[in-house]
Amino acid sequence: MANDPFLELHHVAKDLGARPILHAVSLAIPAGSFVALVGPSGSGKTTLLKTINRLIEPDSGSVRLDGTDINVGPKHRLRRRIGYAFQGIGLFPHMNVAENIGVVPRLLGWTEAARAARVAELLDLVALPADFAARRPNTLSGGQTQRVGIARALAARPSLMLMDEPFGTLDPVTRDELGRAYRALHDRLDLTTIMVTHDITEALLLADRIVVLIEGTIRADAAPAELLAYRGDPAVEAMIALPQAQARRLAALVDAR
Amino acid sequence: MSPSLTEALTDLPTLLRAHALLSGTAVLLAILIGLPLALRAARSRTFRIPLLGAAGLIQTVPTLALLALFYPALLLLGRATSLPVPALGFLPALLALTLYALLPILRNGVAGLHGLDPAILEAADAAGMTGRQRLLQVELPLSAPVLLAGIRTAAIWTIGAATLATTVGQPSLGNLIFSGLQTENWVRVLVGCAASAGLAIAADLLLGLVEAGVARRSPLRIWAAMGMFGIGVLLALISIGGSGSERRTIAVGAKNFSEQYILASAIGQRLGAAGFPVVQRDDLGSAVAYRAVAAGDVDVYVDYTGTLWTNVLGRTDTPRADVMRAELTRRLEARDGVVLLGPLGFENAYVLAMRRSRAEALGVRTIDDLARVAPRLRLASDIEFLTRPEWRALRKAYDLRFGDARAYSPTFMYRAIADGGADVISAFSSDGRIAALDLVTIADPRGALPNYDAVLLLSARAAKDKALIAALRPLLGAIDVGAMRAANLKVDRAEGKKTPAEAATQLLRTLEKR
Repeated sequence: MANDPFLELHHVAKDLGARPILHAVSLAIPAGSFVALVGPSGSGKTTLLKTINRLIEPDSGSVRLDGTDINVGPKHRLRRRIGYAFQGIGLFPHMNVAENIGVVPRLLGWTEAARAARVAELLDLVALPADFAARRPNTLSGGQTQRVGIARALAARPSLMLMDEPFGTLDPVTRDELGRAYRALHDRLDLTTIMVTHDITEALLLADRIVVLIEGTIRADAAPAELLAYRGDPAVEAMIALPQAQARRLAALVDAR
Repeated sequence: MSPSLTEALTDLPTLLRAHALLSGTAVLLAILIGLPLALRAARSRTFRIPLLGAAGLIQTVPTLALLALFYPALLLLGRATSLPVPALGFLPALLALTLYALLPILRNGVAGLHGLDPAILEAADAAGMTGRQRLLQVELPLSAPVLLAGIRTAAIWTIGAATLATTVGQPSLGNLIFSGLQTENWVRVLVGCAASAGLAIAADLLLGLVEAGVARRSPLRIWAAMGMFGIGVLLALISIGGSGSERRTIAVGAKNFSEQYILASAIGQRLGAAGFPVVQRDDLGSAVAYRAVAAGDVDVYVDYTGTLWTNVLGRTDTPRADVMRAELTRRLEARDGVVLLGPLGFENAYVLAMRRSRAEALGVRTIDDLARVAPRLRLASDIEFLTRPEWRALRKAYDLRFGDARAYSPTFMYRAIADGGADVISAFSSDGRIAALDLVTIADPRGALPNYDAVLLLSARAAKDKALIAALRPLLGAIDVGAMRAANLKVDRAEGKKTPAEAATQLLRTLEKR
């Protein structure tokens, strides 16, 4: 069905005990989009992201990827097709960098030669030296670890990338650098990316569409420029007012010189 | 080299082998059972809490009690299923030790698996690993050091605890320790302890090598350790295969005191001379020994008529010696198929004894005489005498009241009578120290104390073997109380001590001369 969006969430709802986390969230994402999922802590954005690769099963609603319900077929097959990078990263400490990056290709049965070539390619892609392949995760800096995490997520050439606060623990300089580097990869590899972040500035600068999730419902869904002009929901206005106010104060500082 | 060292070292290889096989099998079984359980428990809280609770509870049961409990349990199982379940020896020891080894394996297994970084597990799931792949590629490799540490602890505990397997008739290094303790043969105790400690250290080093190999990802170390284990197992198995023989091995039982060791050894020597392969099962509990012969786990041992009368038949009366023996012969065979072959010729009964000089000075020959002067005298008894029916019977029959009555461990009881700290003791009539300390036993004209003739008991299967009976018959009626006291003294005395086997050889030699 050619008219179907690449990824479609339909009335996805989830409760945690008696507490509702998601209220029938629906979202359609065309291929090639870079969507930022923003909202305060506890707004349900991580839960929503994890329903897409079935790390969390919703209580009701459905998710369709490329026209097929994701519940068709076993979970592990689905997950091998989807890149996933998160704040915890979770590099396997007993494997070196090359083995970490090659983990999904190995599960998919790639040959050793194909895996080695892909590892070299990916190290280059995330701007790490080739000799990092033999390093252990505990010898890497935070930024390097995160780059390896992204390389691992990209290894099996997924078309969909799910990212959960991927740069959350990095210093501002590395964070900005890695964010832009990833955005370049997204464009170059023709990816569809959904990135959870609570940093509205990061979302505005990286994404081409921002979905604001507050208390388990979508309160706004717009391109960055439109969102800056948004008027209506006071919670959303408050969220976007902050980076704008900061920008104005920074501009005033520059003018005052 | 001293004879006791030579003897201990002669016994060592067989016992060490049996000990290593028993503890090795128990640990292996505990790993096979424990790891899947730990895995299940790491995933499910509702399973984890009761499981660890149960394992902890087992650990609080003393190992000795755990071993003892398996004997009746297997006996019942054998009866219920009418399968030939051996209730004595390897099986109960293995089961008890396996249970004992489970806790450290479970606890470390759960800690290792449950304590993994959730981010790593999420990454494994998100990468598209199946449950099995996640377990084999991520969870087990990462928790291996903790799992191995648990296995190491289990191995060391089990090797130590396996010394107690002796008490359920499974040969182990405990044989050296128990028999050495009983006969105050410290060389034997030390050899047993050193061998057990050495085995534990060796196992610890090998497992340490595996652990280091896993931690540093050095397959060489792992294979080296595995290779050494393999060689050890092979050695143990080969020597066991080699000792096989076409004739059935006869199991000779012994309870846990010197006289029993000497008699079991004497029986073993006679059967050995007649061409029977013999295995001696030492340190059986009193109740265990009889049940073992009834179940056929032990073929022959020496018991005492009074003990059988009260403990096995549950009787409280005290008939004359010949009446009691005739009744026992009839009832034991009818009920359990156990054959009472006959008396050895001496009694090992509770008696009251005094120093000869003191008894003569007070004019005491019988307990009647004693009862008149008893209020001025002090009694030293062994730990259980004052609570036993014998003591109640004595007091009732003779109206016996001592000025003071205290319980001692046997060694101190004899010391008390020797140094004048007590006037009368409760002794065993065949105890070598009666002659050594120049004590006299006081006659019991009213027959208040039951008879404790030493008798040979045979299992139903052994009783069918003519050659076996022919080899044992010369012992019947041949050992008088003087000969037995002399043999016991050789083993029990502090200086110039003999081993039970040496004492048995000498005892048999005096029998031949007669």
